[in-house]
Amino acid sequence: MSVGIIMDAILRMLHGIGITFGLLGLSLAIGSIIAVLLLLMRISGRWWLSWPAQLYFYIFRGTPILVQIFIIYYGLPQFDWIRDSMFWSVLRDPFGCAIVALSLNVGAYVSEIFRGGVLSVDKGLLEAGAALGISTPQRFIYITAPLAIRISLPAYGNEIISLLKSTALASTITLADMTGIARTIVAETFAPYQIFISLALIYVTFTWIIQRTIRWTEGYLGRFTIR
Amino acid sequence: MNNTNDPIIRLIEVSKRYGKFEALKEIDLDVRKGERIVVCGPSGSGKSTLIRCINRMEEHTSGQIIINGHELTDKTKDIDAVRSEIGMVFQSFNLFPHMTILKNLTIAQRLVRKTPKAEARDTAMHYLGRVKIPEQANKYPIQLSGGQQQRVAIARALCMKPQIMLFDEPTSALDPEMISEVLDVMVDLASDGMTMLCVTHEMGFARSVADRVIFMDHGQLIEQAEPETFFNHPQHERTALFLRQILRH
Repeated sequence: MSVGIIMDAILRMLHGIGITFGLLGLSLAIGSIIAVLLLLMRISGRWWLSWPAQLYFYIFRGTPILVQIFIIYYGLPQFDWIRDSMFWSVLRDPFGCAIVALSLNVGAYVSEIFRGGVLSVDKGLLEAGAALGISTPQRFIYITAPLAIRISLPAYGNEIISLLKSTALASTITLADMTGIARTIVAETFAPYQIFISLALIYVTFTWIIQRTIRWTEGYLGRFTIR
Repeated sequence: MNNTNDPIIRLIEVSKRYGKFEALKEIDLDVRKGERIVVCGPSGSGKSTLIRCINRMEEHTSGQIIINGHELTDKTKDIDAVRSEIGMVFQSFNLFPHMTILKNLTIAQRLVRKTPKAEARDTAMHYLGRVKIPEQANKYPIQLSGGQQQRVAIARALCMKPQIMLFDEPTSALDPEMISEVLDVMVDLASDGMTMLCVTHEMGFARSVADRVIFMDHGQLIEQAEPETFFNHPQHERTALFLRQILRH
């Protein structure tokens, strides 16, 4: 097994970078929006909003992402009404299915992370805001949210990193992300050990980059905690 | 709408319950415009609850609270508008930690009063000057001492140009050497004709500034009098006992 083959393989796997980061970026963005909506439902104080949000969280936390991907990719097309609906253009495509599955998952986990952040904001600050006549929605936007985001950031960063690795599951539904390409190369070269080690190194590198970025952001957002 | 002689704050038989616990028992109180009132009493006597009901941080269970002719009920449409006329200073300062001092002072003006940016800034700098820390405008709260933070909190409330100021034990969380700088600001404010209700244990402040001192115990308003009478000739045994306890040293 020569170094040449490994270098070759790494270069080919990096072609999957677009799909891997496309999955990561899109599902993070959509998932975070879902997370905020779920969070607002959870803290609304109205049971008919908070119960569905809790149910959602239980379902998505209680099942493996791989199973969810399979249900969405293999299961949903069995229903005529889904094939006739506006969602079909997304769900007929494995990329679309992976985005849907990952986003729904991110939404569930991140909403819990944000909720922890929101609950940890000092109630005294909200009282001070209320005493100044600042309305409830504005208190959420200008006081709760910025502080909650700062507090949530380390856990949110973990979630991004774990999402990066979850994107590899998309290779099971024919997507040629970095893992998908690696599997193709393995099938061609019969060198699983070298190829998968190389793949692992690529993921570790990206994880490191993401981690550094989050650290830096934490420091920036936390500048008001430094005397 | 209301006569200048009408009280700016009127409480009629106000009670507040938490479950079975009666935090306030049928409190009657009138406060005239410009009056300075000190509320004192042992801990758990309901004095904080009393002033927190006035800007509806707590909802009273029964009775009437009338601020400037407007009664506070759960039907009060624009509670935020009422609150913006009542400044409040808290024991724990409660400055917004993620905003600079200047932003702390301008945010409510911008959001609630829709004040233009430059004007809000000028107002903020004016009141920062008044509490004698204009040079701290661009720092974050954590970079200030406790006394400075509390002065900023007072300035923040004043930026809304409130008609009433409520103080909920403003010096209790401060190191002793910082208490006087906060009291100085409050004395200055009092001499300016601000209507003030202060829950405090600073009896020196009560003596020199208050028009009336109120003593509360177990949710009841036990006694109210001018400071001279209150401190020298308390009418009730409980008041006398309280004064002996806190003035012992």
